[in-house]
Amino acid sequence: MDSDIGLWAIPLAILGGAIRVSPPFLFVSLGEVLTERSGRINLGLEGTLVFGAMSGYALAYQTGSPWVGVLAAAVAGSLFGLVHGLLCSLPRVNDIAIGIAMMLLGMGLAFFFGKPYIQPVAPDLPAISFGWWSELQQVQAALRVNVLFLIGIAAAIGLWWMFRATRLGLIIRVVGDSSDAACAMGIRPSVVHTFATAAGGAFAGVGGAYLSLFYPGSWNEGISSGQGLMAVALVIFARWNPIACLWAALIFGGAGALGPALQSAGISQGYYLFYAAPYVLTLGVLIATSSPTRAVTGAPGELSITK
Amino acid sequence: MTSTPFSRRGFLKTSAALAGAAALPKAAFAAGDLTVGFIYVGPKDDYGYNQAHAEGAGAVKALAGVTVVEEENVAETIDVQKSMESMINFDGATLLFPTSFGYFDPHILEVAPKNPDLRFQHCGGLWQDGVHPTNAGSYFGYIGMGQYLNGITAGYATKTKKIGFVAAKPIPQVLLNINSFLLGARSVDSEITCQVIFTGEWSLAVKEAEATNALADAGCDVVTCHVDGPKVVMETGAARGMYLNGYHANQSSLAPEIYLTGAEWNWAKVYEDMVKTTMDGGTIPNFVRGGLAEGFIKMSPLGPAVSDEARNKFEATKAEIMKGGFAAIKGPLKDNKGNVIATEGQAFEESDVALESMDYLVEGVIGATS
Repeated sequence: MDSDIGLWAIPLAILGGAIRVSPPFLFVSLGEVLTERSGRINLGLEGTLVFGAMSGYALAYQTGSPWVGVLAAAVAGSLFGLVHGLLCSLPRVNDIAIGIAMMLLGMGLAFFFGKPYIQPVAPDLPAISFGWWSELQQVQAALRVNVLFLIGIAAAIGLWWMFRATRLGLIIRVVGDSSDAACAMGIRPSVVHTFATAAGGAFAGVGGAYLSLFYPGSWNEGISSGQGLMAVALVIFARWNPIACLWAALIFGGAGALGPALQSAGISQGYYLFYAAPYVLTLGVLIATSSPTRAVTGAPGELSITK
Repeated sequence: MTSTPFSRRGFLKTSAALAGAAALPKAAFAAGDLTVGFIYVGPKDDYGYNQAHAEGAGAVKALAGVTVVEEENVAETIDVQKSMESMINFDGATLLFPTSFGYFDPHILEVAPKNPDLRFQHCGGLWQDGVHPTNAGSYFGYIGMGQYLNGITAGYATKTKKIGFVAAKPIPQVLLNINSFLLGARSVDSEITCQVIFTGEWSLAVKEAEATNALADAGCDVVTCHVDGPKVVMETGAARGMYLNGYHANQSSLAPEIYLTGAEWNWAKVYEDMVKTTMDGGTIPNFVRGGLAEGFIKMSPLGPAVSDEARNKFEATKAEIMKGGFAAIKGPLKDNKGNVIATEGQAFEESDVALESMDYLVEGVIGATS
């Protein structure tokens, strides 16, 4: 078998990396879009992601079923979101401060309860091979797609459709754009905020389960290395649009694979620079798409950063 | 009666309490007891670097009259200075083992001169005589020899003649491991090359998985690593059907069928020796080194995928190393940019301090140090 594909390895690795690395970014940013569209910011999703990774891994190990783990991560994530939502419904409570507190709490709890699960090996989530048509094992490896990734794509389209065409989507958007208008319609903004934050937390929890149950596929305390925070920033990059979140997550995943791929193709000088590629790219796109008239195009009107 | 901030009674109470607190560590000394502090950069059970040290700390705990205090997940920042100071001031630790490479400069160099009666033993090769405080010291093992033996099993196992190495940072210890791994494999077949990918950090799970995948894509069919927790590299490599050479600790339980062998630390013996020396009133040498022969490192038992031919060569080379004075880096040898490292007949024995400032990758390693 001749397995040397030369420089073709680089685009292939970027594609493979986009598929492998993007789902946590995708799930967290979808959750954050849902929350922010309702007018709240939840900065605690990094903590939710880490706790989701831990609880998903722990439950999958205890029960032998990775899907139970995903469910547990979603439930844990929604609980974190619920706490954030309820606390922020109290008068004079700042959602950004609570978010940071929840992030630290989530990570602390995950480290504490996760101690016994660093060593054991939990079952992985199944993947579907879309590379059966190719002889090359590189192609086969790049096109091993996890079911959660497909669910994430479906969720992105579903959310987009929900915001655009359903009554529920309209309610969330009204609350996010103008509390006064929502109150006039007879909607209680705090209820919508709380449920939107809880649902957003569930998304982030599932993103965590992907990290620990598929890629890289084990639980340890450095598993996230800040991906949850990056995903929250991606929401601004994606202009609060779920479909754009999907592209943003794919770009981030692919750019992250650039460093290792270039080194494996023999281009090894300056790899620290290649590792900065995702961030340079973010800056570049933000500058290119910036609007001279409005600072944060597409931002919900009630968001505390735009007010 | 009104109480003033400086009432006589209050002053007496405070000063008595202070005197009592100050006397406490001294009382502990008098009983011949010793409090030892261990500081880890990551979690204690990471299947790797920190676990290896924590197992060593476990052996020290079993010694009579020794109290062990441990702290994990301490960053290589001002945090480690705070950890050291709290171990000294609150726990009464008099012998400290800050185990991560980046703890030394400037952190140990900051705390050690302030506490001249205490002892700071740093893992890694950074302490220099005449430059650094005498109450600090370094200890390390010649684990490059373990990677050389890993390389022998890899050399027999590889079919593509390409082996892979996931490395964290291009520091001398890591470069020596990469070079030794390739030279071990080349002692079997001189056409073998080794692809290295640097992740830039000691523990970055996603990047380590990506690096392992990139190595598999590049055609490597054996992988080893030098990162803090090898579990991710081993599991990802196993999923891609690569043979595995372990590092730091024994990872064979993760994939017993394809795990060839591994280079492991044996800190239990090293720590026991240093602690016993201190308890007997002696002074630990500032420069502590050892290899296979001294029991500083050990190899994982050979796995079922290792052929008889490989086993024979492995055992023969191991016996050779046990005699001492073995040189993996020997002439004629060039680096991968074409510069001469060693001429014919020139050899760097395992104990040669020149190896501790290694800044090159040898010919046959695909990769760059920056």
